[in-house]
Amino acid sequence: MSSVLFDVPGPRARRRNLILTIVTIIVVVAVIAFLLWRLSLTNQFSAAKWNVFTYSVVWSSIGQMLLNTLRAFALAAVLSLALGFVLAIGRMSDHAWVRVPVTVVTEFFRAVPVLVMMMILYYGLPTLGVKTDPYWAVVVALMLYNGSVLAEALRAGIESLPRGQKEAGFAIGLRKSGVMTLILLPQAIRAMLPVIVAQLVVTMKDTALGFIITYQELLYYAKLLSSQPGRPILQAALIIGGIYIIMCLILSGIAKWAEIKTRRSPKMKALAADQAAVMHEGTDTELIALQTRSGKFDGNNSGAI
Amino acid sequence: MDAIFGNLDLWSQGLTYTLMVFFFGGIIALVLGTIVGAMRVSPVPVARAVGTAYVTLVRNTPLTLVFFFFVFGYSALALPTLSNLVLGIFAIGVYTATYVAETLRAGINTVPVGQAEAARAIGLPFGQVMTQVVLPQAFRSVVPPMMSVFIALLKNTTVAAGFSIAVLPQLQATISNSHTRPGSPMEVLLWVAVIFIALVMLLTWLQRTLENRWRIAR
Repeated sequence: MSSVLFDVPGPRARRRNLILTIVTIIVVVAVIAFLLWRLSLTNQFSAAKWNVFTYSVVWSSIGQMLLNTLRAFALAAVLSLALGFVLAIGRMSDHAWVRVPVTVVTEFFRAVPVLVMMMILYYGLPTLGVKTDPYWAVVVALMLYNGSVLAEALRAGIESLPRGQKEAGFAIGLRKSGVMTLILLPQAIRAMLPVIVAQLVVTMKDTALGFIITYQELLYYAKLLSSQPGRPILQAALIIGGIYIIMCLILSGIAKWAEIKTRRSPKMKALAADQAAVMHEGTDTELIALQTRSGKFDGNNSGAI
Repeated sequence: MDAIFGNLDLWSQGLTYTLMVFFFGGIIALVLGTIVGAMRVSPVPVARAVGTAYVTLVRNTPLTLVFFFFVFGYSALALPTLSNLVLGIFAIGVYTATYVAETLRAGINTVPVGQAEAARAIGLPFGQVMTQVVLPQAFRSVVPPMMSVFIALLKNTTVAAGFSIAVLPQLQATISNSHTRPGSPMEVLLWVAVIFIALVMLLTWLQRTLENRWRIAR
């Protein structure tokens, strides 16, 4: 194979690659062996350390905590999608009195770390006399943060559409709402689906922050288990970590599948061909649209992590 | 304002710790991320597989859990004791390294293959192909997303507060646990939010400036 970085290897390159392969294997094996050595030295594989996980009560509790995690994730995901649409549309409004406040709010919630927002909701609000439940603190903080990130993604998706789409919509007599809901949003959602699902993976991972404000979810239970006889802290972390990784992998898998699906879909191909055609021969309106657009959004896709 | 001026010692400590986690975590992330990113684009299949496994595994683990492994798990291994701060820096570095690696890989992939082929065709050796042709182009497209990674890293330093590392959000617990210090939790947390907004705005401005300076003229 050939790439930007290297060509099809010759005899010397093949020898060097073989050496690199061996070095990589040695380093990886050394790291794993070191970890295993430390683990067995501190008796982490002994039956006493894993004993907790032989009780069905523990597993049903894990199931309960998994449910708590999923409960927070599901509600936060739905609410943040809804908020994302509202903020995205508000930010593109023609009226400055809508656009400016929405822009400020979006930028504010994007800049404040999720954990600080959770703490404001959970530790801060009671000083103002509002009692909050950790569940709602987690859900609302995730909604505000991910909602504003999704709003930016949707806005980028809408603004990357060819100007002609909007103009054609107005030309056939649609109102602003019709142009948005019937023409712009469906295309933008299609184009941004991978970004949206990737942001949902982030939401899923961030539910684990609930642990810090004592929301009873998976990680909270891992901490609880580590006070059991034998203090199985690594064991609990490994099992809970495995559950998280599997859940996120499933969501990431959906994201990848969505990306492949949208890339193959005939509608997307038509859109891409459309844009390519604009590049070669376009009307004056399209040319002006292209020129004004090109300066406006070159990347700056500050994705959240 | 009492929440600020009554606890100036705590605020300067919190800010120092936050910036320390940010800088040292960032350095670890850059070094480790560059190694992993290089592995992911290398011609050695085994190195690629190891890089992919690392990125997939860590990217799908919540940062809180990575902290959990480092801060609580490390002590179970009976290795030389390290402070929570150092362990936290390692945790955030190891986590962010995956994002650095992915950004670098994406940046290298934006350079058209023809560029490198043309460079080879005029007889440049590997070192010059890299330093004169491929990396300068990749660098320009890497800068904006890399700044986004660092903005996220800055916001992620808050997670350290959950593991008794004295970063900014930890102030809330410290102040409300002592009866003599002024400031309600709400005041303290809002000031923390303000500081983060200021820092994020600073980094965003830096991102814009660098982006404009190194924009690719095509």
